[in-house]
Amino acid sequence: MDSATGIKQHHVAHHFSSSAQEFEAAKLGTLVFLVTEVLFFGGLFVGYAILRMMYPAMFVEAASHLSWQLGLLNTIFLITSAFTMIMSVRSAQLNKRQACFYFLLITFLLAACFMGVKAIEYAQKFEHGLLPAMWFSGEGVAETLPLFFGLYFAMTGLHGIHIIVGMGLLIWLMIRTRRGEFYSGYFTPLEMVGLYWHVVDLVWIFLFPLLYLIR
Amino acid sequence: MTTAKPNYLNSPKGILSWIFTLDHKRIGLMYLVAIAISFALGGFFALLVRLELLNPGKLFLTSQQYNQSFTLHGAIMIFLFLIPSIPASLANFVLPLQLGAKDVAFPRLNLWSFYLYVIGAAICLYSMFAGAADTGWTFYTPYSTTTTTSVISLVLGAFVLGFSSIFTGLNFMVTIHTLRPPGMSWFRMPLFLWSIYATALIQVLATPVLGITLLLLIVERVAKIGIFDPTLGGDPVLFQHFFWFYSHPAVYIMILPAMGVISEIIPTFCRKNIFGYKYIAFSSVAIALLGFLVWGHHMYISGQSQFAALIFSLITFLVSIPSGIKVFNWIATMYKGSIQLKSPFLYCLAFLFLFCIGGFTGVVLGTISLDVHLQDTYFVVAHFHYVMVGGTLMAFIAGLHYWWPKMFGKMYNERAAVIAWGLIFVGFNVLFFFQYILGTKGMPRRYYNYLPEFQALNIVSTVGSWILAAGLFLMLGYLIHSLLKGKPAPQNPWGGLTLEWKADSPPITENFEEIHIVTGGPYEYPAATKSAH
Repeated sequence: MDSATGIKQHHVAHHFSSSAQEFEAAKLGTLVFLVTEVLFFGGLFVGYAILRMMYPAMFVEAASHLSWQLGLLNTIFLITSAFTMIMSVRSAQLNKRQACFYFLLITFLLAACFMGVKAIEYAQKFEHGLLPAMWFSGEGVAETLPLFFGLYFAMTGLHGIHIIVGMGLLIWLMIRTRRGEFYSGYFTPLEMVGLYWHVVDLVWIFLFPLLYLIR
Repeated sequence: MTTAKPNYLNSPKGILSWIFTLDHKRIGLMYLVAIAISFALGGFFALLVRLELLNPGKLFLTSQQYNQSFTLHGAIMIFLFLIPSIPASLANFVLPLQLGAKDVAFPRLNLWSFYLYVIGAAICLYSMFAGAADTGWTFYTPYSTTTTTSVISLVLGAFVLGFSSIFTGLNFMVTIHTLRPPGMSWFRMPLFLWSIYATALIQVLATPVLGITLLLLIVERVAKIGIFDPTLGGDPVLFQHFFWFYSHPAVYIMILPAMGVISEIIPTFCRKNIFGYKYIAFSSVAIALLGFLVWGHHMYISGQSQFAALIFSLITFLVSIPSGIKVFNWIATMYKGSIQLKSPFLYCLAFLFLFCIGGFTGVVLGTISLDVHLQDTYFVVAHFHYVMVGGTLMAFIAGLHYWWPKMFGKMYNERAAVIAWGLIFVGFNVLFFFQYILGTKGMPRRYYNYLPEFQALNIVSTVGSWILAAGLFLMLGYLIHSLLKGKPAPQNPWGGLTLEWKADSPPITENFEEIHIVTGGPYEYPAATKSAH
């Protein structure tokens, strides 16, 4: 470690010939992984499309049970967090260690806010008995309303799990930033988690209108 | 290991150096052992099923146990053997060597993918003892959401194995993109790498869909969310669409690496440049891409529209074009070659013969009017065993024999290998050929009971399973003998030209002492090699 700047020099792994090659491999690997993530969610979106074709009225009614205000709030949280995530990568590229750390922290807090709002929404659904089939005890016109809430919890639940994983990754990045491992010559993990974060963000950008804004 | 020279097998020493190894060669070897155990387990259930079918009615299994046996046979063979077989074991070992690289792009991910395989296998094993599933490996809803057997654990096992497969594919894809040596352009790559690349494409693009499908099936069983359950308004056919969207391309995950192995062995044992390099390379990619558009041919009678069935049938026929291109090119490579009939090449011939029969009957099944009659009969069983066993297993054994000297630094007994080949080839045909006839006569698959007039051919088929098993046991015997007492293998026992033959047998931990610069195609044998060897 360089005691003056607090920066720890990165060593290229033995099977790569240069750090550029290493970065290229990491980036391609991450992008391919994110393609698999999109396909993973893709199954749910296809399920959504099929069910919506079968029961259009159910979806219109179901949307009235969801609060678009809370959904919008969460959208704002996530879009802002995408910006702060980018800024943390930028700060590392400019060797601004403090700024990098604080941007990561803000990103983490915004994700926590998102999960908080999600918890409030889930609590409301539980209160009104708007649950998947087996536990459904809510009131609704559409006979298949339990089906919608099966889909709702599957889609938002899987997305929520991805947010929680992302929060774990952010903690890991904050620890490594504190140790001074990221600088203009090495910021691969920051960039890769950033890419992951944007995809999780993007999934929400589709979930929000498809679930909340169809009335 | 008595050799003084350090190699990847003997240095570093100790069990921990294997458990935490990041060396692709060691991980490939661990995969090989794990896959061989899975194969033995799957084979055990196959023998049980065949034995029970010796006579109509009960021999020694109840109908429930019979259903569980064929389910476990199918699930184990598909998810634990065929999918990982060539990529995870042989390609893991060979791919970086053929690239002249030190390792795959992500060694830790490689090890993680192996442990995911072990975890997935352990969950499947648990499922076997906790009320083994009886749904068939296809897990069709609504039966799979209502049966009392342990569907959840088997599905969870397959889910975990799916991620193991994704990570292997991702790793190989990135390795081929970023770690090619100086001078190796895409069209100077050995064809095995092209086929592994095409396989990786499918692993990465299809497996996540299986992942979400299996996850939804688990949630469906646990929480009754209703997406597939018709009583709640869900759509059970949607499950079939999702399932085959993965599981048809998965067939190409199994066969494409096999084709890659064949493309390596044929030029080496014919001493001749491969015929139509680019056509073979592109046909791998074409098969991978077309493979995504044919899943509906599993569902001709599941209630999809006639028009959709027609399109799926047409695209299914198209797949036979790149497959045919490959077969013609391999045969053209042999033409006027200086052929050495060694065991790896013999298995290639078995592959060609059996794969063609499997492929042609595939075209028969892709034809809607025929499939309506042959659907769910033994004709289907015979067809996919000709492709999967006659194709993938033969190529896996071929590759194992081809790279065995490189992997272990030992030669095996060639005469024993040829005898085993004969037993396996004959046993396989006795086992499965007559199932085509049973199928055309209307014997349905997966049934516990059958009409008395089918018994004679069923007995023949069961005897075939014993011959095949005898051949495989003989193979196990001489391979173990080779490990213990085999002659040391030279660096290049077959005269191959690809880079892995420039490494020691067995290779050193870092694979190569120097960086190899590639200046030409992978199989450029001198033109006139008609002289006797």
